[in-house]
Amino acid sequence: MAGVPLAWYLILSAILFALGIAGFLFRRNLITMFMSIELMLNAVNLSFVAFSYKFGRVDGQIFTFFVMVVAAAEAAVGLAIILAVFRTRKTLAVDEIDSLKY
Amino acid sequence: MVSAILFYLFALMILGGAVLMVTRRNAVHAALWLVVTLLGVAGVFLLRSAEFLFVVQIMLYIGGVVLLILFVIMLVNLDAEARQPRFHRQWLLALACAVVVGAEIVYVLLSGLEAFRLAPAVTAVQTGGSTERLADVLFSEYLLPFEIASILLLVAIVGSVVMAKKRI
Repeated sequence: MAGVPLAWYLILSAILFALGIAGFLFRRNLITMFMSIELMLNAVNLSFVAFSYKFGRVDGQIFTFFVMVVAAAEAAVGLAIILAVFRTRKTLAVDEIDSLKY
Repeated sequence: MVSAILFYLFALMILGGAVLMVTRRNAVHAALWLVVTLLGVAGVFLLRSAEFLFVVQIMLYIGGVVLLILFVIMLVNLDAEARQPRFHRQWLLALACAVVVGAEIVYVLLSGLEAFRLAPAVTAVQTGGSTERLADVLFSEYLLPFEIASILLLVAIVGSVVMAKKRI
């Protein structure tokens, strides 16, 4: 019945999360960084659903549902911010969006 | 047996899509590989009997969020970006951070599930489908967070309209 053990789901989730972190830290394009955040959110959702199945409770699925809702809200506001940045700066490279740094 | 094969297939989709998403130069290609990853995650949801989340993942993430990202990619002009280096200046520091986080997760996983001190598994109460139980719990125990989430979505709608206006 169980087939694949819980640990493998967790390892899959961990690798996906690490890939999301790598993408977020390495890339210089704002939109790709945004997509890396979605990767990390999905990694966490994977863990939630795997634990939810393991313990036979739906609380994990409900948390995943709320994470998805927050991700949708974040996508709407975040992409609007990206559009606003592009309109004023004419670039999306994070190296050049540094006026808060100095 | 079938579920194990499906798990490997979906895991391959997730990891392959994620690696290609992070490394592709063209933002549209990256978004399309993100779709592959999200489809793999949806498949794993189905394997773990989360049918409702499977549908929400496809409709909301792939149909909503990725579509929005593709629209924004087409609204901004990334042709000049595509010719510039993919990775930014502090890539050595970024590599160190990614390796540290990865090593930390691997350490926690290697120390075993026992280190988490999990509660004993509850025997699943298999009355009705997973979606039915989800709805029961969502609209009784989690009613207040559900309403707060709807207000959050309303705030996000108003906020994104205000942000995207020509004159702020």
